[in-house]
Amino acid sequence: MKEKVLEVRDLRVTFNTPLGPLAAVRGVDLDVYGGEMVAVVGESGSGKSVSFLAAMGLLPRTATVEGSVVLQGEQLVGAAPKKLRSVRGRLMSMIFQDPLSALNPVHKIGAQISEMLRAHQSMSEKAALARAVDLLEIVGIPQPGDRAQQYPHEFSGGMRQRVVIAMAIANSPKLLIADEPTTALDVTVQAQILEVIQRVQAQFGTAVVLITHDLGVVARVCERVNVMYAGRVVERANIMDVFDQPTHPYTRGLLASLPQTGVERLVPINGFPPNMLKPPSGCAFRPRCTHATDACGASLPELQPVGDSMSACIRAREVMAKA
Amino acid sequence: MAFNRFVSHKAAVVSVFVMAILVIFVALSPFTARYGVNEAVQAPPNYFLTPRANAWLGTDDIGRDLYSRLIYGVRVSLVIGLFSAVISVVLGCLIGAVAGFRGGRFDDVVMRVTDLFLAFPFLVTLLVMRNVLGSIEWLRPIIGDLSSVRFIIVLFAVFGWMGVARIVRGQVLALKEREFIEAARAVGASRWYIVRRHLLPNSIGPIMVALTFSVVSAIISEATLAFFGYGPQAGDGATSLGILVGAAKSAVNPGFWWLAVFPCLTLVVIALSINFIGDALRDATDPRLQRDS
Amino acid sequence: MLRYVLRRLAWAVPTLLFITFLVYIALRTGTDPVASYKRVNARATPAKIQQYIDANGLDPNYVRGYFRWLGNFLTFDWPRSIKGSREVWPALKDALANTIRLGIAASAVGIVVGLMLGVFAALRPGGRRDVAVNTAAFVGISVPPYVSAILFQLLFAVYWSRWFGSTLFPTAGVYPPGHTGFDLALMAKHMVLPTFVVAIQIIAVYSRYMRSSLLDVLSSEYMRTARSKGISERRVLFKHGLRNALIPVVTIAALDVGAIVGGLIITENIFSYPGMGMYFLTAFGDGDFPLLMPWMVIIVFSTLMFNLLADISYAWLDPRIRLE
Repeated sequence: MKEKVLEVRDLRVTFNTPLGPLAAVRGVDLDVYGGEMVAVVGESGSGKSVSFLAAMGLLPRTATVEGSVVLQGEQLVGAAPKKLRSVRGRLMSMIFQDPLSALNPVHKIGAQISEMLRAHQSMSEKAALARAVDLLEIVGIPQPGDRAQQYPHEFSGGMRQRVVIAMAIANSPKLLIADEPTTALDVTVQAQILEVIQRVQAQFGTAVVLITHDLGVVARVCERVNVMYAGRVVERANIMDVFDQPTHPYTRGLLASLPQTGVERLVPINGFPPNMLKPPSGCAFRPRCTHATDACGASLPELQPVGDSMSACIRAREVMAKA
Repeated sequence: MAFNRFVSHKAAVVSVFVMAILVIFVALSPFTARYGVNEAVQAPPNYFLTPRANAWLGTDDIGRDLYSRLIYGVRVSLVIGLFSAVISVVLGCLIGAVAGFRGGRFDDVVMRVTDLFLAFPFLVTLLVMRNVLGSIEWLRPIIGDLSSVRFIIVLFAVFGWMGVARIVRGQVLALKEREFIEAARAVGASRWYIVRRHLLPNSIGPIMVALTFSVVSAIISEATLAFFGYGPQAGDGATSLGILVGAAKSAVNPGFWWLAVFPCLTLVVIALSINFIGDALRDATDPRLQRDS
Repeated sequence: MLRYVLRRLAWAVPTLLFITFLVYIALRTGTDPVASYKRVNARATPAKIQQYIDANGLDPNYVRGYFRWLGNFLTFDWPRSIKGSREVWPALKDALANTIRLGIAASAVGIVVGLMLGVFAALRPGGRRDVAVNTAAFVGISVPPYVSAILFQLLFAVYWSRWFGSTLFPTAGVYPPGHTGFDLALMAKHMVLPTFVVAIQIIAVYSRYMRSSLLDVLSSEYMRTARSKGISERRVLFKHGLRNALIPVVTIAALDVGAIVGGLIITENIFSYPGMGMYFLTAFGDGDFPLLMPWMVIIVFSTLMFNLLADISYAWLDPRIRLE
């Protein structure tokens, strides 16, 4: 059994908004093992980004975080700021969706990577810069020595994302959280970036959590998938099982709405995502689910094993039988 | 929606009431003022009297009731402020919209001209141009004599439009590239139609804000001019808020505090109120906050 | 960058000429220099009047007159004031020095305090500190400088002396009347009130600028990236937050400082402070053309130079800006 890098148990995040408390994450359980690439899939508002921002301690003061997030044996929820700062960037780092706004426009690229290095390792400026140039080379940036002296706006989107990746893995973290890293990029560039992430993963042995709403991206590179809906994980499965035998109606809906060759009409999921200020009782997918029964609204369904996967649908077996 | 946001600014709501009361008070001046603008409170000795029963805010150097004069003065200043602001904004909208929309030579010229005038200290431009405008013979029948209220309104309007024009130009430049403008053009709408039907209505927010700030600016500028003796001098002891504030300076040393404090306080209250309203208007019409959920 | 600066400087010369020409026209039409001269020197002979006209370039033809004025100006052959034939430069120099002193002092205090308050407020938007700072700034902006000046005069000069016997801070001039020579302590004491009055306005304005700019920056994505690196909160605030938030503020400050030479007219008048403002008001009131033109030249020059400085500093601070 590979070592467990991240263990999330019953993570709950509530935002204090002018319109009342908003429960963005309502009890998430998750495991990440060393060196693997895990996907967290869901639509906007499912709580997938918020969960990991909470783990990193990067949420604003209006957010209340409860539950347990254990990284390599250290509890992160409620940890002292100093402890969190020593973990961020060293054991665990995060890359975000839009590389242009994620990089400070007035600092040179090399300096930004050096800053990451010198925050957690004692290195001279020269040494840090040299290491930064190495990292740029690893992520596939040509003429890294020259480019390290340039500013973010002088790079193209794909290049910038490579820089962001270089920065994130500078201290060889055990866990890299990639929050929609390809969403803002052209399709051709997307593949390149995923390839860079895989390469880096292999070289440094970093576990990667790939947060995305794009199942196509997931299919390429991930080993396991967590599907989130309305602040909870509703299905957890190996990559092949998710595509061949989805155990939750929401996952089925997602797969059905993917454009595929030979399929003439796209089948969307009816209805809208729930209002998280007043989430529905019981299973949050109930209003949109064609298999819903009254029992579904009774209480929040927990993940139950169904074959090799885990499903939060109490009628999972019947759903799979009908397919 | 925007109204709700405006109303949530408590200071602005209070200011609206304050200004409303003030305007009503001043509009009903024949009834609210206790004495005529040039009328002595009593037989001499009647000068520099402290506030008392027959002169609520005291008297000035020739025994006139400060309270009544303040009412008349505020009326004059509000008229100046309002009229010059409205003219400024109308002019500024037109010029700014055209400059932003058409760009090119016209835009360049407008920007250069406004840059030029904004390069000098405001008071200097005001004083010098006041003289220049006043010495153009053939304009005098239209805009009145140097010391008339009409002249001051024209003077402020002639400078006020620049600030407004820049704001409107900026708005138009930002909106020009938006898709709904392209769509309108694709359907064959004339440029003037686009300006009238699309650009201006979408700029109402900043325009209203510009309007309020123009009013404050005009009132304070009038006070500044009057301070140095260059203000409106409609005869027969007629006064303006600016003149009253200007007289405050010489009332300080001898210690006639009421002549300084009350006019200044009135000016500050008016300026604050209008500024609050303008600020709340700006927040209420901020497009970044206009997201209908 | 160097090419840009040189090009701007090259353009500055014709710009300066053009603007001073416009000023020349405006002053001639507005203040009627010849009539003013005759008014002040009622017994001047026609020869003297003609001498005045020649020295100041007041030819009937405006263009020729302007160039004559320009020639005299550039060769430092400056005509004297219409009142008592005083030389222009000594008075102008003193006025400039006084205003610069006041301006620098007030700007330094005002900008530094204003920026600090702005940061203070922006770190907890919507909180009590923020509301307090915002309201105070608002009041500061809405109260025109001469109102606060008058109120301060009232408080410190009149009432203080009534209550305590002596004036705490003098309210007029740079030195007490009759004082000669340079005395730093005395000058400083006289500068306290006017500096304070000007600084209040500056603090109000800059605290709002800084707050607004910093709030924009704090909600940027790169702040989140910076935090995710695990660096100290102080470093995040200074190296990332302030470094970006200061860019627009510094640019505006450069422009404001340039405008200081002519921007203190009212305050100087109230405190009878003999700076550029008082110089202008007296000269303008007298229609004293020979005093006014050099004053204007200084104003225009200062504005142009600081505009250039503002552009340069903006480009220097923000690498995304490319000066063509």
